[in-house]
Amino acid sequence: MATPVTERQYQGRVHERSRQLMSAWMGQLARAEAEGVPTGALMISGNCVELLRACHVLPMFPEVTALQNAIRHKSLPLILKAEQAGYSSDNCAYVKADVGLFLEGGMGPGRPLPFPTIIVCNYVGCNVYVKWFEHLADISGARLFMLDIPFSRTAEPTPADVRYVVAQLQELIALCESVSGRKFDIDELREILGHAARAEEGYARCKHLAKSRPAPFDAYFDSINMMGPINVLRGTPEAADFFDEAVAEFEEMVAQGLGPLTEERFRTVIEGPPPYPYYKNFRNLFTRWGAVAVQSTYSTVGGIWEWGFRHDPDRPLESIAEQMLRQNLTNRSITARYEQIRRYVEEWEADALVIHSIKSCRLFSAGQGDMRDYFTRELGVPTLLVESDLEDPRYYAEAQLKNRIDAFFEALEHKKFVAAH
Amino acid sequence: MTADEILDHCRDLIARPLGAVAEGWKAAHPGGRAVAAYPVWAPAELIHAAGMLPLGLFGGGASVELTHADARFQSFVCSVAKSTLELGFQGVVRGVDGFVFSNICDVARNLASIYKRNFPAAFVEYLHLPQNSTSRAVVGYLASELRRLADGFAGAFGLPVTEPALAKAIDTYNALRARLRALYALRIAAPQKLSTVQLYTVLRAATLAPPEESTAWLDVLLAELPRREGRRQDRLRVVVEGAFCEQPPLGLLEVLEEAGCYVVEDDLVLGWRWFTGDVAADGDPWERLAAAYVDQAVPSSTRHESRQHRSEGLIEKVRRARADAVIFMPAKFCEPALFDYVLMKQGLERAGIPHMIVEFEEKMWTFERTRNEIETFVESMLFD
Ligand code: SF4
Ligand code: SF4
Repeated sequence: MATPVTERQYQGRVHERSRQLMSAWMGQLARAEAEGVPTGALMISGNCVELLRACHVLPMFPEVTALQNAIRHKSLPLILKAEQAGYSSDNCAYVKADVGLFLEGGMGPGRPLPFPTIIVCNYVGCNVYVKWFEHLADISGARLFMLDIPFSRTAEPTPADVRYVVAQLQELIALCESVSGRKFDIDELREILGHAARAEEGYARCKHLAKSRPAPFDAYFDSINMMGPINVLRGTPEAADFFDEAVAEFEEMVAQGLGPLTEERFRTVIEGPPPYPYYKNFRNLFTRWGAVAVQSTYSTVGGIWEWGFRHDPDRPLESIAEQMLRQNLTNRSITARYEQIRRYVEEWEADALVIHSIKSCRLFSAGQGDMRDYFTRELGVPTLLVESDLEDPRYYAEAQLKNRIDAFFEALEHKKFVAAH
Repeated sequence: MTADEILDHCRDLIARPLGAVAEGWKAAHPGGRAVAAYPVWAPAELIHAAGMLPLGLFGGGASVELTHADARFQSFVCSVAKSTLELGFQGVVRGVDGFVFSNICDVARNLASIYKRNFPAAFVEYLHLPQNSTSRAVVGYLASELRRLADGFAGAFGLPVTEPALAKAIDTYNALRARLRALYALRIAAPQKLSTVQLYTVLRAATLAPPEESTAWLDVLLAELPRREGRRQDRLRVVVEGAFCEQPPLGLLEVLEEAGCYVVEDDLVLGWRWFTGDVAADGDPWERLAAAYVDQAVPSSTRHESRQHRSEGLIEKVRRARADAVIFMPAKFCEPALFDYVLMKQGLERAGIPHMIVEFEEKMWTFERTRNEIETFVESMLFD
């Protein structure tokens, strides 16, 4: 390997601002019980956070709690606690960490994390969501609303799909009114959707800026700073402003020719969620090679904005339905994801595809061997497949990962060298 | 045919490769098509109403060696998904014209797309079966989803589903399901008259034959079996739960009985006896079938029912079958079964119903450890 590449010692405004916004939201959650604010548990994928906001129900996201516990190296004892209670070692560890938190006394009345007032299962692709929220309802006794989103299986959502989802959204509004005691106001929703659309525009622009050489941020590892604001805080003016600032910062970096590393040697697309318990370690394995992710699929679980879809204040419920039905990664088939990645590789000019296969998450991972076959054999895209987990640290084998990653980039480097000479 | 002849016939039928079963039927029905449905439920009525042969697609069991599919699906994915894919790669399903999958879990969902990509000549359809059991819009949605599937058949095979044909197919399957319910009732009343393996063999065979034919077998069995000799033994009456998709090897079912159990209820081949009663006889058949799915489905791990706690259906089953205990039998890596295990087990404990868990894989072939575990469980209960 030539001169070692390192991360630039640079923590941008994006990182700091995201942290502040997310902390403010968690503060609201921690006070909700005392202040009598109703809360609604929701899943990240293709969510309808704008609707809860318009109904004055404070959204809470168990997935965010789970990933934060993993990043803080707190997930394993929680997972073990759930396994002692009968959960299988083969089930999604996000759920186990969440249930473990309850069993440990970290969730519930008077705890740092309240029980939700209502549980809105936006069943968008992931079948584990249904189980997770059934279990959360069992634990908390909160009313569960199953918001069933038909999976994409036709070129466009069918009129029956849209009708079904809109009808359920109306039923959800009635439920929210009953818990908040406030009448739903469609104009308030329109305004919130306007803020959402502005945030979506900003996120999309950031993503397109990563087409620059070097990319101004790592679209896998740094995207996490933007995923909070886009998926959790979408619909607030603060989230929309955040993305304006992010765009300004990244444009400035592009103008100065700066990226997240001292040098960008390889451009990758990364598929699959990150290993949160070893986030930094995993990142370092790529940094050493000057490998920067210019696009990622994980950053689109909540919504795919880079291809132009925006919430539409003039068609409030319909556009929420369309976003949930189609404009996010999780409600699309794995082979539709192949197409998404193919476009990323071509339009963002990536040298390689890295598939991070997650044991917990069959939604992402089941069949990634077929994905690798498609990219290597049919498209000739250099593809690396490595395995670990997003929540359970027991499945992260650093030495093995390092060997695989080193071997892959050595070969890629050799290929580049041969091509250049 | 006598009951024994029927049982022999069923045993032969389930040993045949799926493609051969399809080809056999098509040879006798020129221009016919065969469509196989992956677990758990699919509207066999629709396939039948289009004049095609509905088949159950339950993977390769112990019969296929994985040579391609394990490079596509990781080690932590259940066996039935892999072996189902392998059947395609090895040509074992050649002769089957269409495949229907649905949203039972993330693995099955991805499998559907991967099937489509790898076998482009086959008709592959993915159904989104509703998970909202109470919305005022759900029946209308499902009726249109059923119509969409029928349109798919018409487009792919030129075989439309007419309303009268669908109404007739609903009657046909009502008749079949009523007999299957009767067979299970017989088993609850007199489990010594039909072993679990025999019952299961008939059930599996019914997923490989035209419904009229399976109904005729069942009529003979229901007439003859009650007259069979057989003294009831001192065994533990158990409900088997969790094997609704990947199917346990016959050897494991045998071991259950040899170790001292009568399996008086189970969720094997669940989708083929999906409704708790007949689908309504009058009105728009699409709506009727959809409404039955929403309001008359048996409790299943792959369907959310907001009107009932996860454990209630199981407890009800235990009471109805006068069972002493539950044996959870989830397939290894089966996400829905393993998640439900927790809530169901807690419910059973609250109700004071003993239980144990035995994980299996379709290709498992030694059962000694399992036999010991079950024997210990049975002994602890019978001689308590
Ligand atoms: S299976 Fe995947 S998408 Fe679903 S809850 Fe687990 S990690 Fe999230
Ligand atoms: S055995 Fe379980 S995990 Fe596997 S396909 Fe069937 S339902 Fe899904």
